[in-house]
Amino acid sequence: MNSSVNIKNLSLDFGAVNVLKSLDLDIRDGEFLVLLGSSGCGKSTLLNCIAGLLEPTEGQIFIKGRNVTWEEPKDRGIGMVFQSYALYPQMTVEKNLSFGLRIAKMPQAEIDKRVARAAEILQIQPLLKRKPSELSGGQRQRVAIGRALVRDVDVFLFDEPLSNLDAKLRAELRVELKRLHQSLKNTMIYVTHDQIEALTLADRIAIMKNGLIQQLDNPDTIYNTPKNLFVAGFIGSPSMNFLRGKLVANEGALAVETHGVRFGLGGYRAGREMNPGQEVVLGVRPEHIRVNEDVRAGDEVHEAVVDIEEPMGADNLLWLKHAGHTLSVRVNGARRFKPGTKVKLAFDMGLASLFDAASEERI
Amino acid sequence: MADVLNSTAMIAIEDAPAGRKPRRAVSRRNVVVYGLLLLAAFYYILPLYVMIVTSLKGMPEIRLGNIFSPPVEITFEPWVKAWAQACTGLNCDGLSRGFWNSVLITVPSVLVSIVVASVNGYALANWRFKGSDAFFTILIVGAFIPYQVMLYPMVIILRTIGIYGTLTGLIVVHTVFGMPILTLLFRNYFTSLPEELFKAARVDGAGFWGIYFHIMLPMAIPIMVVAMILQVTGIWNDFLFGVVFTKPDYYPMTVQLNNIVNSVQGVKEYNVNMAATILTGAVPLAVYFLSGRYFVRGIAAGAVKG
Ligand SMILES: Nc1ncnc2c1ncn2[C@@H]1O[C@H](COP(=O)(O)OP(=O)(O)OP(=O)(O)O)[C@@H](O)[C@H]1O
Ligand SMILES: [Mg+2]
Repeated sequence: MNSSVNIKNLSLDFGAVNVLKSLDLDIRDGEFLVLLGSSGCGKSTLLNCIAGLLEPTEGQIFIKGRNVTWEEPKDRGIGMVFQSYALYPQMTVEKNLSFGLRIAKMPQAEIDKRVARAAEILQIQPLLKRKPSELSGGQRQRVAIGRALVRDVDVFLFDEPLSNLDAKLRAELRVELKRLHQSLKNTMIYVTHDQIEALTLADRIAIMKNGLIQQLDNPDTIYNTPKNLFVAGFIGSPSMNFLRGKLVANEGALAVETHGVRFGLGGYRAGREMNPGQEVVLGVRPEHIRVNEDVRAGDEVHEAVVDIEEPMGADNLLWLKHAGHTLSVRVNGARRFKPGTKVKLAFDMGLASLFDAASEERI
Repeated sequence: MADVLNSTAMIAIEDAPAGRKPRRAVSRRNVVVYGLLLLAAFYYILPLYVMIVTSLKGMPEIRLGNIFSPPVEITFEPWVKAWAQACTGLNCDGLSRGFWNSVLITVPSVLVSIVVASVNGYALANWRFKGSDAFFTILIVGAFIPYQVMLYPMVIILRTIGIYGTLTGLIVVHTVFGMPILTLLFRNYFTSLPEELFKAARVDGAGFWGIYFHIMLPMAIPIMVVAMILQVTGIWNDFLFGVVFTKPDYYPMTVQLNNIVNSVQGVKEYNVNMAATILTGAVPLAVYFLSGRYFVRGIAAGAVKG
């Protein structure tokens, strides 16, 4: 596929603070790419660089194969949607939508046509004569999206567009955004720190930490085979269970020994060499631990005690005490457990992750 | 038994407090608060009252010496005299000349200083250039240097340019001296507006002036009003610059008022003096009355958030 936005060796310093560190990123044409990371990791900074609102200290940015590193925001073929909506307060919705077109001296007939089309797509026709202060949060954000829409841009940039909305509206607009992307097929770069948004919207997710991209992959790969300990811990709620231990030889195979308990690694597909004696971290997601009747024949069975139960409707979250660890386990919401009862559990090693304790990289 | 219990419960609920909490009109707190407010109001109103009353009396009535008594015979003679006939030195055309001088000084000074300062403030807030911080620091320092220090250098500069003693010279002085505080005012106001608005406008393709005129200026109305009030009253009330930088022909109203009130020849005409003083203060007073509401709103907007 063609590349839409290509970032090469991008660095940005704020004074002495090195916010982006020689970052490379290749975004495909028509892709929905989500930049995900904790607060302050440089997501907005990266987006502002792509938009041309910040000047990189080093590196290049290509959009549609054209080097735009030194070009003005308006000449880059990008539209941007901000967290705070950033609608011009004194202009009506219609004037807000058409502002960029009027600045570009587009003929009025064409402006009317484009505004009408954007208003139809976003279903904001009845609001065109209103001022932003007379709109709800969701309506404001629609107008903000419309402002990018009318300009017919190649790339949409979103900076946490939904985080000022309440949970219900956020879920609604999320679906609408996905629909919009499916019909427009534009490249979209979307910044968020909400992993649900990331997992549901993205074609690919780029996980950022400290100005560097830790992993760039589709949501499934990110979720199931995280590249390192940070990504594994960042994605998933509740977080993956981590068991720190040592690799030992066990009946001809390898096992992880932790607090005197051994977990055989049969079924784990290692991508790298493993050596007995190596310090490792074993990661298992809460839904990849089988409890009681789910335990299959041939599974390596361990015993644990139910500490706390958190029913969450569809799911039931158990916190189990096991040989010095606390494990979170997700089971069907219909299954209930009394605190203090003993349960049998087994890890689904085929879906587990193993990291080197020193380098924190996946093994 | 059960019935009785029920009905008492019902009554209790109906009697329980509901709706607006009743307040006593005259509580000790109210008395103190209103008392103090009235006292303060009285304290400020009294001089104005004396001035108005005196300006409406004839000289014989004033000589009776009762300054608080209302005029027995109302006359507008002193007002006419103050405006059109009072003498300063050889001139005997009253305050009117000073009034028009002040208008000619105030209007251009206010307009030019606000236009320049708003652009300055906008540039400093949104278009950070190399050395903008240094520039801003110098400006702030400028706002706190006493005027007296700069009087003499200013005279030399104006004389060198050749506008010393003219209205243009005084207008330049007012514009320059108002610049630091006004720029500070506008810069802080524009900084308080959300930065994303500016970014959105840039993405939309607006440039320096496009953003200034289409986005920033319409949002700056409250702070414009504040700046206008500060400048109009400040420049109208100025005495020092008026004396230092102009000649008697161009004296602003305040200087002329002083000359009328303090003229040594003849008897002191208190009624004329009072009328002249009220006339001179009328412009700032009117400005406050007409735009006070915006003034408070603008100050608040600048202090808290846009
Ligand atoms: N104008 C600035 N001057 C100095 N430092 C800045 C500036 N803007 C951002 N930073 C710093 O750069 C880092 C990255 O900021 P950025 O806004 O990109 O974070 P983010 O990932 O978008 O976070 P969030 O999720 O909170 O929006 C932060 O540590 C921040 O303190
Ligand atoms: Mg951000």
